[in-house]
Amino acid sequence: MRILSVANLTKYIKDRLENDYLLTNLWVKGEISNLKRHSSGHVYFTLKDDRSSVRAVMFRSKAYRLPFEPRNGMAVTIRGYISVYAPIGSYQLYVEEMEPDGIGSLYLAFEQLKKKLQQEGLFHPDNKKQLPKYPSCIAIVTSPTGAAVKDMIKVITGRWPLARLVLVPVLVQGEFAPDDICRGIKQVNQWGQADVMIVGRGGGSLEELWAFNSEIVARTVAESKTPIISAVGHETDVTIIDYAADVRAATPSNAAEMVVPDQQEMRRHLQILLNRCSRAVTQQVKQHRVTLMRLQQSKALKTPQRAIIDARVQHVDMLQREMVKNIRMILTEKRSSMRELASSLNSLSPLATLARGYSLCSDQNGELIKRASDVTVGGYVQVKLHHGELLCTVNDKNEKDTRKG
Amino acid sequence: MQKKEKKFEDALARLEEVVKQLEDGQLPLEESLELYAEGIQLANICNKQLETAEQRINTLMTNESGEVVLTDSQGF
Repeated sequence: MRILSVANLTKYIKDRLENDYLLTNLWVKGEISNLKRHSSGHVYFTLKDDRSSVRAVMFRSKAYRLPFEPRNGMAVTIRGYISVYAPIGSYQLYVEEMEPDGIGSLYLAFEQLKKKLQQEGLFHPDNKKQLPKYPSCIAIVTSPTGAAVKDMIKVITGRWPLARLVLVPVLVQGEFAPDDICRGIKQVNQWGQADVMIVGRGGGSLEELWAFNSEIVARTVAESKTPIISAVGHETDVTIIDYAADVRAATPSNAAEMVVPDQQEMRRHLQILLNRCSRAVTQQVKQHRVTLMRLQQSKALKTPQRAIIDARVQHVDMLQREMVKNIRMILTEKRSSMRELASSLNSLSPLATLARGYSLCSDQNGELIKRASDVTVGGYVQVKLHHGELLCTVNDKNEKDTRKG
Repeated sequence: MQKKEKKFEDALARLEEVVKQLEDGQLPLEESLELYAEGIQLANICNKQLETAEQRINTLMTNESGEVVLTDSQGF
């Protein structure tokens, strides 16, 4: 019987395993435990289920392509092969690919990176920069060949022709895309004349958009001094840079709409501002005019001397009226008292009695005759009338008292 | 050429300030009228810039000596 060395034995076993059609390319499902990441980049762990376990290794060349981080306790499906690690004579599973169970690996990777950067504070609102309202220069970091760039140019040109556009062509998919996107973002910062930049690409599969989920791009976006609008894929595509960017746009066209104001709206806004100017000034002028008119119509300002004279003249007029009125009143009073006196005087005069038809009878000596006995029949009497006198001869006489008669 | 003119943003900001001051109505009439004239001028500057603007498109490149420069060609 041939005696084998340990090395020969191990080599024999290794050859047998490596030539087994099943073991050279197999799929195996289990849970990760005892995971160790070596400084070389290789990842060592044990894959187990409730009854067994197998040692596993994923070399650096495979591990760094893995979008997510394998962790202890994670249920995974692995494609790989079985071989022997000769120094300790143990067989192990050499991992070529790994998929998390239940969810896609890219999804898991996304969630893991998001959580990690979030915990670092990379997405904190305090880190967000404000977008300029009226940017005069806009950088667009994207693929030079996609429809996205054409859409963005078209939208911005239509809305805001004032802004200068600076295109920064970068690879947006494939192995080198993350580094190239970072280079583009850094270039814009280095140049320093853009007020804002859009970083993005048009729609694509999750794999095609993957560069925008890479950690270095997220970090470069967060570090950028120039404010960034992320614009990746369609509305439903959310990538890590959407969290790292200052503002997320749903699509590239949407980013173009957000980055500049609309000139039609601006024209309306300017017109409104002008109207407000006019209204304010018109209002002010109107107020002044009202005040001026009020002052103009005040008599004192209009003709100052006239006002004083008018006032005096008016006073004089009044005095004059008073005076005339008083004089008239006095005259009336005097006149009426005079009339009273005159009439009482009148009633005392004998002439007034004559006027009423009485007459005075006197003798030749002018003595008034008061009795019939004072005259003799045949004698003469003088009769004084209201107008004129009569010389009469007494023909007869009656001595009866007339007062009783 | 662009340098001589007031920047759109500055002109607009000033116009908005002018409107605010006029609407406050605290200024003497003479100053208001001066501001009003300025406001009209500012609005004209803004409108003119919108009317005459032509979008300029350049491409950012790194040249042989490693400097970031603008090229005239669109490159797209």
